[in-house]
Amino acid sequence: MVQQKLRVILLTGRTIEQGVGKERGKASQEYFESVSMCYMDPEDMKKLGVRNNTNILVTTKYGSVVVKAVKYRRAPHTGMIYIPYGPWANAICSHETDSIGMPTFKGIPAQVAPAQNKPVLNMEELLKIEFGK
Amino acid sequence: MTIVKSVTCPVCGCLCDDIELVVEDGKVEEVKNGCAICESKFIGYRGEHRVLKPKIRQNGKLVDTTLQEAVKKSAEILANANYPILYGWSSTSCEAQRVGVELAEEVGGVLDNTAVVCHGPSILGIQEVGIPSCTLGQVRHRADLVIYWGCDPWSAHPRHVERYTTFAEGRFEGSEWKGYLQKFKAAAGRKKIKRVMKQAPVKNPPSIEPVTPSEPPQKMKKDGRKLIVVDVRRTMTAEVADYFIQVEPNKDYELMEALRALVRDQELDVNSVAGISVECLEELVDIMIGCNFGIIFFGLGLTMSAGKFRNIDVAISLTRDLNMRTKFAIMPMRGHFNVTGSNTVFTWQTGYPFGVDFSLGYPRYNPGETTSVDVLLRRESDAALVIASDPVANFPKKAVQHLVKNPLIVIDPHMNATSLMADVVFPSAFVGIEVGGTAYRMDHVPLPLKKVVDPPEGVLSDKEILNRILEETRKIKLKQVEAA
Ligand code: SF4
Repeated sequence: MVQQKLRVILLTGRTIEQGVGKERGKASQEYFESVSMCYMDPEDMKKLGVRNNTNILVTTKYGSVVVKAVKYRRAPHTGMIYIPYGPWANAICSHETDSIGMPTFKGIPAQVAPAQNKPVLNMEELLKIEFGK
Repeated sequence: MTIVKSVTCPVCGCLCDDIELVVEDGKVEEVKNGCAICESKFIGYRGEHRVLKPKIRQNGKLVDTTLQEAVKKSAEILANANYPILYGWSSTSCEAQRVGVELAEEVGGVLDNTAVVCHGPSILGIQEVGIPSCTLGQVRHRADLVIYWGCDPWSAHPRHVERYTTFAEGRFEGSEWKGYLQKFKAAAGRKKIKRVMKQAPVKNPPSIEPVTPSEPPQKMKKDGRKLIVVDVRRTMTAEVADYFIQVEPNKDYELMEALRALVRDQELDVNSVAGISVECLEELVDIMIGCNFGIIFFGLGLTMSAGKFRNIDVAISLTRDLNMRTKFAIMPMRGHFNVTGSNTVFTWQTGYPFGVDFSLGYPRYNPGETTSVDVLLRRESDAALVIASDPVANFPKKAVQHLVKNPLIVIDPHMNATSLMADVVFPSAFVGIEVGGTAYRMDHVPLPLKKVVDPPEGVLSDKEILNRILEETRKIKLKQVEAA
């Protein structure tokens, strides 16, 4: 049966595409495509009825963001999603620094829901909504 | 056409210094020896996203301005701020970082580098227990066991494996490249069989052994260098590893404590730790103790998940324990090409590696209090200068909300998320392409960065821009003192 929502653990980190994109320039299409996405386990995608390259809504205690779900080729890692570092990941990352200056960017409880009809915002739209500039 | 040899790549902490560039008409046309990210940088530096003129915010919009005007505006912002943040520094030269320290002292601000959201916890762990480390040259020539823990060099430091560890041809240890090629071919073959089996009209096709079983595979008994990857998910690096250990998220601490106990010949009265069976761990420990020279490289998988700096503390302690049985070293996989340099420069100038607070007139360091994210979360800063980094893209939302509320100065060659929010934007020359300087590799070896081409007209280096802001700020401060 297809579920409406799925509880997962959110990890953020680097990917080589993000590295290439950021050196091309943060305003480049490469960068946008490399960081406004989310790797998911194919089993998890099946559970949610999400197809490869369609949009999902990821929600944590700290916010929510629409990104594109992409099937992770080196599965399995059920119950885990991976978003490359960037404004999209940071919209939902934890700011708790545990008194050592370091926010928590990995291992954050999150919820995933299909969002085929919601668009992935581009950098300027996202910043405008988050910070009003 | 000229060929420039032995160029240092100004991208990641590997600082590969064997890059060859073909320069034609003052432009880099071809990159040799570099990885994909390196190529992207050397070719992308003159892309359309480059800022060429200083900008200033007027009526809510960024408009072009003159350098003098931008310097004046920045100096005013900094001189009038009570508690500014000066953040970034990891992708610029040590020479610019040094001016940064002077500026931070002058304006009584918080001087912080990107380590704070990266390997800051590693530094805290190191301050707690010390670090048995070595240079990458040692690893290349001697290490027969390489462990990547919570890091994926294939994605973040693409040439690390090839230049410094398993695939490097060292003096005493050879490259394992050929073996891996064979393995890949075999794996491809196996996949093919699997595909055929699936299509075959057999009801229950015989199951095919996974590439890395949970028991240490036979490969761990081979001669030559061995590669182990410990991570929460199967990464590209895990794919080439001889042995991949999938740890449950946020459980690295437990796993390492268990390994420590086993290294000390203690018994564990559980069946599994962090999702890995104790038999497996015992075999792993045997492999670790059995090597001649082992090295653990750790990444943000440890510093960013639960436990944070305690994970590093225990990783270093594990290395220390292992040193009672064999030779072992440990090293953080530093990200930006000169983040190590910024820690080094800040330390030799102020005594502290990051999160240095000058508000009392002398340097103070208290991670959790004087670190930029915390200052922002407490909404204490009233201005910021960001150089060679992009906190709007990399800080948590709540911290950024305060950052962009106050006057913001950005020095960066590219337009990025932070410059879009800035009040003053300075274009700067690319360090390591258009200006020279010094950078520290992740093992603390300083390397020279080359100037290969000229910067666009009117675009200055980070160091020069900072010097001008510093000079102007001093003038304003002097006037303020005289007026008082
Ligand atoms: S591994 Fe790092 S330093 Fe080496 S070429 Fe690639 S990006 Fe540059």
